[in-house]
Amino acid sequence: MAEKVLMKGNEAMAEAALRAGCRFFFGYPITPQTELAAYMSKRMPKVGGTYLQAESEVAAINMVYGASAAGARVMTSSSSPGISLKGEGISYMAGCDLPGVIVNVQRGGPGLGGIQPSQSDYWQATRATGHGDFQIMVYAPSTVQEMADYAYLAFEKADEYRIPVMILADGLLGQMMEPVVLPDSLDLEDLPAKPWATRGHKNERPHNIADSLYLTPDALEGLNVERFQRYDVIKRNEQRAETFLTEDADIVLVAFGASARIARSAVVEARSRGIRAGLVRPITLWPFPTDALEAVMGTAKAFLSVEMNMGQMVDDVRLASNGRVPVEFFGRTGGIIPTPVEVLEVIERINQQTSEKAGA
Amino acid sequence: MAEEKIVFERPHALLPVVTNYCPGCLHGIVHRLVAETIDELGVEGDAVGVAPVGCAVTSVDFFGCDMVEAAHGRAPAVATGIKRVLPDGVVFAYQGDGDLASIGMAETIHAATRGEHITVIFINNAIYGMTGGQMAPTSLPNQVTQTSPYGRDVSTAGYPVRVCELLSSLDGVAYLERVTVDSPKNIRKAKKAIKKAFQYQIDGVGYSLIEVVSTCPTNWGLSPQDALVWMRENMLPYYPLGVYKDVVADGFANAAEAASARSAACPIAHPESKEEVAHA
Amino acid sequence: MRNVQAVLAGFGGQGVLFAGKIMAAAALIEDREVSWLPSYGPEMRGGTANCSVCIGDDPIGSPLVLAPNVLIAMNQPSLDKFAASVQPGGIVVVDSTLVPDIPVIDGVNVFPVAATALAEENGYKGLANMILVGKAWAESQFCSEETLQAAVKKCVPAKRIEKLPMNLAALKLGIDA
Repeated sequence: MAEKVLMKGNEAMAEAALRAGCRFFFGYPITPQTELAAYMSKRMPKVGGTYLQAESEVAAINMVYGASAAGARVMTSSSSPGISLKGEGISYMAGCDLPGVIVNVQRGGPGLGGIQPSQSDYWQATRATGHGDFQIMVYAPSTVQEMADYAYLAFEKADEYRIPVMILADGLLGQMMEPVVLPDSLDLEDLPAKPWATRGHKNERPHNIADSLYLTPDALEGLNVERFQRYDVIKRNEQRAETFLTEDADIVLVAFGASARIARSAVVEARSRGIRAGLVRPITLWPFPTDALEAVMGTAKAFLSVEMNMGQMVDDVRLASNGRVPVEFFGRTGGIIPTPVEVLEVIERINQQTSEKAGA
Repeated sequence: MAEEKIVFERPHALLPVVTNYCPGCLHGIVHRLVAETIDELGVEGDAVGVAPVGCAVTSVDFFGCDMVEAAHGRAPAVATGIKRVLPDGVVFAYQGDGDLASIGMAETIHAATRGEHITVIFINNAIYGMTGGQMAPTSLPNQVTQTSPYGRDVSTAGYPVRVCELLSSLDGVAYLERVTVDSPKNIRKAKKAIKKAFQYQIDGVGYSLIEVVSTCPTNWGLSPQDALVWMRENMLPYYPLGVYKDVVADGFANAAEAASARSAACPIAHPESKEEVAHA
Repeated sequence: MRNVQAVLAGFGGQGVLFAGKIMAAAALIEDREVSWLPSYGPEMRGGTANCSVCIGDDPIGSPLVLAPNVLIAMNQPSLDKFAASVQPGGIVVVDSTLVPDIPVIDGVNVFPVAATALAEENGYKGLANMILVGKAWAESQFCSEETLQAAVKKCVPAKRIEKLPMNLAALKLGIDA
């Protein structure tokens, strides 16, 4: 087995990207993701790659768009306000079916917000990354190991489905160090062929076009329908979630990323007090792991969505439940990390309510 | 029967399709010049063009080389991404005035100052054509447009941007020339400039931009002929034709060498001069 | 001490983040669960810096330590900020050269070490952090002594390898303090 090393989450994502064959990085400085860009600026020249500090987030994502059209594995990273600026380019990438990996190391918002960890871009990532009918795949790692693993996998899935993929992390995960075993480096020769890429036709084929303009409504509708059929395949095949003590759980917490770590601690504490609590941790936020929630729908008496925002993923939990199981929410926002004690208090309150209901 | 000799034909790099440009529009001429250049340099197989948002948005279907459609103003950034992946490719952006000098000004300036090895073809007709004739960053003082119905009032709308003059101060730039295509003579000059810009890219000289002063008969509300007259009378005095930068003509091998000469007095930009002192 | 919830705090430049990394590296060597989390942002610029280090046998939940059982404080504001949060039975190691006002905390063992003075007297200027880590280790035994030394070796960057003996000596000074 490869060596375990201590790494910051931001650096682990960068190194994993390099190992996945990413040789192009375009970015713009913003806290708390800067270590990722700094790592790339140091390593890219050593591996024959390109690190380019763009004039803006807008330019950076459009450089990603160009590099992806030219067939490269390419990455950009930012934090919340910068991701808003990238929204335009992400929409164009989706409209051209261009792969690419976008990292969001979230901070508190709206506006300039703060620089402390947050999960308040859940809606943006899963609903409104840009204008138009489209989705992107979203991975939500919760450890530094997963940041490496999913940054690596993101490139594979992006190419497989020709879709932009986001790693939705936050300032806590980006800044912390944990032991990580890095994935093996891919041989660049083994990267998938991209016959659609605009790399120059070498007088061997008709010209390729990367374009999202369709002035005929029928043509645009047809493409959108085809794209959503591909999204259905992704929904079927790519849902990922981790479950913890859910088999007999009355109260099922749902939490992703950093808040899932806190939720897990709260579940352990609740169990030690005799409360049957469990945790479903979505790893893909889109596609949302409805199957994992469906699996506990028969036994759960309540869901509790724990987030570092005012309540965003809770919408997806409610949609999955569709009225069958009551859904509660607990969150802290503005850059505050919830504590296991706070979450435990909510679990205890819900437990009391559900037992009263059962007794009535 | 006398032997037939082809004296004029469609360039190979221009596809046999009908364009959607208005009667009298000069895009067709400039497209042709770009395509002739690609043919003559034999680079169609290595070329990737980036189209703008504006009237030339559909040019992805007209050029025979690989084409990428950029978001409004982002063509230089998109071209940067492509060129970094394909350093041996021939990458050009084809942009209008609103795209290049308004919404995409940051991308324009920074691609130029980075000295990206790309060629930009800039069509300046002082108006937004595709959206129906609004004021452009290059609309002239007192020019009437849909959004400057009383004429461009420079006291509130500010002054037009002279792109070649603006970019000529940047160290990354190798070659800037402003041309027009209103006569056979000027078309030949424009062709020469476009070809030189592509050649500079192939030779690694640096970033180049050819500004083509153009017309918009439809949105100017003039016949094609009258539009040319209006352009000569009003635009050319404001946007004088000519070469605004040519590092090779200035005696340098490329933009980097010219930039280096310009910053000769700056020690940090010239670590080699320190070594020379040490060795002396 | 098997489960460590440590906070290391001081002024930026005193090396509290580095000291925390040594604890984390030691935990990695012994294949424990471990996390290291720095404070980040404008507060680092000339102000206070701190990091949280968690070491345990179960996966680390929140890497942010709110109630430490080990506190290393290298200035007065840091001690003032974190002293009340220390768990009963926890330990506090304070650089008494720089912290004049050291309170008695019920149920908590406070160890004042004149680390900055000791470092300077012994020619280890700037290594007060190592002395304090040494003392914290001596009072908590969060890993073996060999592991702690190996961790220092791992954390001193290759280009500053000449500083390694001094770092190890300062660590020992703290262990014996």
